[in-house]
Amino acid sequence: MNALAPSRLTRWIVGILVGAFFAIPLISTFLYTLRDDKKGGYSLVHWAALFDPASASMIKPIWTGLGNSLVLSVVTVVIVLVLLAPTMILVHLRFPKLRQYFEFLALLPISIPAIVLVVGLSPIYLQIARMMGTGTWTLAFAYGITVLPFAYRAIQASIDAADLRTLAEAARTLGANWFSVVVKVLAPNIRQGLLAASLISVAVVLGEFTIASLLNRQVFQTAMVVVRNQDPYLPAIFTLLALLLVFVLLLIIGRAARGTRKARS
Amino acid sequence: MTTAVTAGADASASAPVPALAGTARRSASWAWLGLTPFAAYVLLFLALPTVLAIGSGFFTKTGAFTWSNLSALTDPVVLETFANSAWVSLLTAVAGAVAGALVCYAMLGLNPEGAIRQSVDAASGVLAQFGGVMLAFAFISTIGIQGVITVLLKDAFGINIFAEGNWIYEVPGLLLPYIYFQVPLMVITFMPALAALKPQWAEANATLGGTRRSFWMQIGFPVLAPSFLASLLLLFANAFSSYATAAALISQGSQIVPLQIRAALTSETVLGRENLAGALALGMIIVVGIVMAVYSLIQRRAARWQA
Repeated sequence: MNALAPSRLTRWIVGILVGAFFAIPLISTFLYTLRDDKKGGYSLVHWAALFDPASASMIKPIWTGLGNSLVLSVVTVVIVLVLLAPTMILVHLRFPKLRQYFEFLALLPISIPAIVLVVGLSPIYLQIARMMGTGTWTLAFAYGITVLPFAYRAIQASIDAADLRTLAEAARTLGANWFSVVVKVLAPNIRQGLLAASLISVAVVLGEFTIASLLNRQVFQTAMVVVRNQDPYLPAIFTLLALLLVFVLLLIIGRAARGTRKARS
Repeated sequence: MTTAVTAGADASASAPVPALAGTARRSASWAWLGLTPFAAYVLLFLALPTVLAIGSGFFTKTGAFTWSNLSALTDPVVLETFANSAWVSLLTAVAGAVAGALVCYAMLGLNPEGAIRQSVDAASGVLAQFGGVMLAFAFISTIGIQGVITVLLKDAFGINIFAEGNWIYEVPGLLLPYIYFQVPLMVITFMPALAALKPQWAEANATLGGTRRSFWMQIGFPVLAPSFLASLLLLFANAFSSYATAAALISQGSQIVPLQIRAALTSETVLGRENLAGALALGMIIVVGIVMAVYSLIQRRAARWQA
């Protein structure tokens, strides 16, 4: 037992006070979605509206936004897996001296607020719209930067835990070309990091609002703001579902990270 | 992977690997080429937007260099939004840091692989980093005009929390939602520092006749102080640059800097100036940049206790 650990009483007091502060808004939001404003009292009427054709036109922006966000998640994950991960492997194997500069670069987006980035992104996206159209998927280029610090940390932890150098050497000695070395030998050995990076990218993209809203693209979060003006209950329902989904994603990531740590020790 | 293999990797990390050395020299230029796609991407979508955002503050709409946009930063209206942003960030950072540190303390000694720690870690991640607009919705459902708690207080106790006006849609309304994402961020950033406190120090202190109180006053707090300060700065920068929650709560007006940037981006002229967004972005990046630079300085100092 940790000698620094607080007494059971202290632990319970802090747990209950802070727990209440965090539980009340979530429970209230749930009760709010159950409120029956026609008959009074509580009912599942707003949850039923999710599948009711009569309110389909009202929810439509949310489904459209969610669809766009899912496409964006896929493209962002592709950027992470095809652009970031191979570059990190290359830096690790061939340019170890660049690592600290690379790390600084990868963590830089933490210090640059999205609201600042969007000021500079808007002229760039004017050009992109001219070249590739105004499709929502192009936002993924900006999102690749937003997820960079999260994805970098997840993948780097995995790279540090696996001995890529020896694996690459062995595979090269046996005659594999670099493409199969990376895809068939190295990637499977850092799969937990790649999985965590992908899941966290999905979570970031699903929750992103700033860039999408100021560049006038319709995504999940902007759609919820639009729908809220007509029906405040639907966004509350989607809020709970989305928070729950991201919570589960992060639980999975946590397990994957612990697996890596365990394999290491 | 075994420990022996990992240790070998660390040892060889600094020296060039003999077996690869031959091919490395021959294909060094090709290897450099491999870095270019990512470099181009970062240049185009991180460096360029940042330069454009800051640079646009120095140019008029026709492209001529000017200092006049920058003088907007001394405009009383702009100064007031910066002051608003600063006090909201400071207040929520202090509240979040103290509450978050208490949560970390309460979790000391719990099994890091246990269900409670895993759930708290995941929940902290959700609320600290991905909440945004959704936290605003949760608080509107709770203490909005028709919120569950608002109605409960009114019906059961006759208390009208909006007797003084609709503060939830103004700057004071930001405080609770902001604390709601600041506490989890504190848990994420401060827990490693607290977990690195060695139980042996407490035992040594006890062996030498120290009390629990003397341990915290003489050892615990001094060792943790840099980490706490660093986390506090990170929380301040986090609140200062946060946009989504405020934008969803406050649909009209621009009481804090991010909302003023919104106004400058969505309408042509604010305060009778063009390119105000650039000047505001510059002001913001100066504040956040300084705070984050001090953060990483202190963090580096604090890291030596976490080895």
